[in-house]
Amino acid sequence: MSPPNPFGFVRERATRWDVIALILVIGLVAFLGEASRGLMAPLTTIESVPLSLDPSHLPFYAARTTLRMFLALGLSLLFTFTYATWAAKSARAGRLLVPILDILQSVPILGFISITVVFFMSLAPGRVLGAELAAIFAIFTSQAWNMAFSFYQSVRTVPAELQEAALAFHLSPWMRFWQLEVPFALPGLIWNTMMSMSGGWFFVVASEAISVGTTHVALPGMGSYIALAIVRGDLAAIAWAILTMLIVILLYDQLLFRPLVAWIDGLRFEQEAGAYVPHSWALTVMRRSRLISAATATFDAAVRWTSWAMPIGAPPRARDVTAKGLGDWLWFGIILAVLAGALWHILRVLIAQTSFGEAATVVELACLTMLRVVVLIALASVVWVPIGVWVGLRPRVMEIVQPIAQFLAAFPANLLFPLAVYVIVTWNLSADVWLSPLMILGTQWYILFNVIAGASTIPGELRYAAQNFQVGGWLWWRTVALPAVFPYYVTGAITASGGSWNASIVAELASWGHTQLKAHGLGSYIAEATAAGNYHRIVLGIATMSLFVVVINRFFWRPLYYYAERRFRLG
Amino acid sequence: MNATPLLDVTEIRKAFPKPDGSEFVVLKDVNLAVGEGEIVGLLGRSGSGKSTLLRLIAGLSAPSGGAVRFRGEPVSGPTQGVAMVFQSFAIFPWLTVFENVALGLEAQRVPRDEIRRRALAAIDLIGLDGFESAYPRELSGGMRQRVGFARALVVHPCLLLMDEPFSALDVLTAETLRTDFLDLWCEGRMPINAVVLVTHNIEEAVLMCDRVLVFGSNPGRILTEIPVKLPQPRNRLDPSFRALVDSIYVEMTSRRSAAEAVPRSELFPGVGIGTVLPRVSSNLLSGLIEKVAEAPFNGTADLPKIASDLQMEIDDLFPVAETLQMMRFAEVAGGDIKLTEQGLAFANAPLDERKRLFSRQLLSYVPLASHIRRVLDERPSHTARKSRFFDELEDYMNDEAAEQTLRAIVSWARYAEAFAYDDENAVFSLENPT
Repeated sequence: MSPPNPFGFVRERATRWDVIALILVIGLVAFLGEASRGLMAPLTTIESVPLSLDPSHLPFYAARTTLRMFLALGLSLLFTFTYATWAAKSARAGRLLVPILDILQSVPILGFISITVVFFMSLAPGRVLGAELAAIFAIFTSQAWNMAFSFYQSVRTVPAELQEAALAFHLSPWMRFWQLEVPFALPGLIWNTMMSMSGGWFFVVASEAISVGTTHVALPGMGSYIALAIVRGDLAAIAWAILTMLIVILLYDQLLFRPLVAWIDGLRFEQEAGAYVPHSWALTVMRRSRLISAATATFDAAVRWTSWAMPIGAPPRARDVTAKGLGDWLWFGIILAVLAGALWHILRVLIAQTSFGEAATVVELACLTMLRVVVLIALASVVWVPIGVWVGLRPRVMEIVQPIAQFLAAFPANLLFPLAVYVIVTWNLSADVWLSPLMILGTQWYILFNVIAGASTIPGELRYAAQNFQVGGWLWWRTVALPAVFPYYVTGAITASGGSWNASIVAELASWGHTQLKAHGLGSYIAEATAAGNYHRIVLGIATMSLFVVVINRFFWRPLYYYAERRFRLG
Repeated sequence: MNATPLLDVTEIRKAFPKPDGSEFVVLKDVNLAVGEGEIVGLLGRSGSGKSTLLRLIAGLSAPSGGAVRFRGEPVSGPTQGVAMVFQSFAIFPWLTVFENVALGLEAQRVPRDEIRRRALAAIDLIGLDGFESAYPRELSGGMRQRVGFARALVVHPCLLLMDEPFSALDVLTAETLRTDFLDLWCEGRMPINAVVLVTHNIEEAVLMCDRVLVFGSNPGRILTEIPVKLPQPRNRLDPSFRALVDSIYVEMTSRRSAAEAVPRSELFPGVGIGTVLPRVSSNLLSGLIEKVAEAPFNGTADLPKIASDLQMEIDDLFPVAETLQMMRFAEVAGGDIKLTEQGLAFANAPLDERKRLFSRQLLSYVPLASHIRRVLDERPSHTARKSRFFDELEDYMNDEAAEQTLRAIVSWARYAEAFAYDDENAVFSLENPT
């Protein structure tokens, strides 16, 4: 077992397709930013949905928020099945679609919400519906990319003989998709769906209550409840919200993901018995109640029915050479046209309106935020790597700690921000320093549970050999533990670092009651631009942050990952 | 045999483009006809294109030249009436035995009652009764391959294609499956008219086939056709069976070097810098030298005999014997391996002396090794990047073969202490020469 590869198949640092993808994505952001500015005018009235801090409303709010999460999850699955399949099946499309996905992963979603809210509200005639759509879209953007990546990777790695068997026995493309590709991709997809759900809570809290310039939106849900509690400085309400979140996360984990993981374990492609068999009480109950078999039978029937309903079409023809045809030229033509449009928007919205001084300021702020991220990742590594190794080598302890770490990663850390502000104000601490830890509050757990997973894969014989030769102390860490967990650590650190950049948008500008604390950085720049409704600055901030994340990924994390994979692979 | 053969393969050519724009030819001038009631074996070493040919017949890939005709119709994609059994079984791990077997019928939109009836009949025929609801992970390798057979038979194919179906199984299981298959075939209980079997196991080919086509490599082509007239059931210990196996061994060793296009001297096939080298460890090389030097062989051994003594397949033994021949530690001809003077000296030498001998032979007779050594000697830094040699090799072979060749050279040079290689930086050097 090796750590999950966060980069898909892209090994190169940068290709010209990456540059094209970057221009397209930033161009899209610029276009949306500009479009939103034009749409602001009719929406200046305040959106007021009466909210209450009475804890008895919390179950209703939690249900609304969870519903949004699952709607977004459905959208993400739809996106995954279409976009990723297209990218995997068409070499032509894949060359562009995969880098775009990679760039989209690096766009700070929190900065994006302000733009999409206005955009969606203008699309929907009823304003609440528009805001709902915007919130769901925000959650979707936090969930979809890694799911699509995982599915793309799986479809590309379906064993050749299974594909040949499917072809040789005349399975139609539709049947191959449901009988071969989806089942093969399911384990990775479910794992990524769980990660997406965890990440999604952070954004659902941030996207329900949002103010862009003079437009204020508060949808009934956990996020708005917390926002109101912060404005009113109600500590008890925050405590109630935290308790509710704990219960909600526990419920969907036990009722949905545990059963799914236990069920999927039976469908794994590796036919050897796994070392650890996941259990789920809920799955056992559902199996006994025939719920599962009823559900799968319905699904099977649906697949069979649709297979019959689909036209057979001509059998796939084996082709020998791939010639450049009309389709290729058309495709390149479309890309060129869209690229030109994107460049034009970037020029008009970003470059033409940005003074040199402002650009310098933004880069300086980005460097400040980068400094925070680097220091925090280093600190978190020093703390969590030794602890993770210690835990990973003790199966009993791991059984208790691993679910807790995954749970903490799922918990929306922004719920705890008010407490931090309260402490900073009470002790009169420096906001520039003490707001920083908030950025990594929710993301440090990725380092912990990846290191735990890495340490648990160190072969017993290797550890016995080290004991036998009395390798101890620092020598043991240097030669046994650190090399073994390094690839896993890198995977965790990549996730943690990306998440921290994103979190800076809410962490660098935090408030409690009427107190507002600000740490200087790119995150607070974007947050302030959002509050002021300054679209040009929002787009500039997002573009800069995306650029920083992409460059850091390409020139630091990716080489490190492949180095770790090559150098420290066990076996 | 009928007038129109069931399967007709004419002048097949298959090539893949190389990065530099030229072609890598996998199959050349292959002609083959299969009639009703025949089992035809495609025998050859890995890389001889026999599996590629099977995929062309199945319509899974298209030839670069020539044509495949099935029942007189040109094959342009997966064809009704042709079913395939795979080396790695290729059964779907998320489907039960029954669902796996039924899949091919569902794809053909056979009514559900008929699917059930035919799938159960195939499961019954192939000896999978009682396993219908089992998942593949619960089955042993032999049972999984039975699922592979049942899945192929259930669609009532005219022609059954088998791609090394027994090579992933242990010896005993493979023998049981072969016998069961032959019993069903001879009793005419299977709904198939002809079989094409790909194998690298000579005994398997002689045991099962009516005709054996021996394949050669570089480019893949048919070297010779050997009819097997022995009556079924055949006995491996029967002298005429043994004689046939031995003659195919001789055919495969002698024909190979004779057909080599490159210039050669005496029994040693000439090798240039562009020769693809097999990854054979120095342990295997010295192991075979020792084995041949020992009693009862005393320097000369019959290859089939030594293969069965060492329980090795020809695919594993041939590269070792050929590497020894290339380094002139041994001569290989007529199914025999004979140690040269250097080979005998190696067998009797202590470790240090062995390394010195190995280094001498390596640098004298493996052009790539002497080339790398020369470059390192000439340069003031005594270092050279791997990419330098990799690019040179790419003129002759594809990436994969170049990588394999360089790995082989690195491992031999390390044993010989002829030059060093730093994998992390991909640099050759003279850091610790002899």
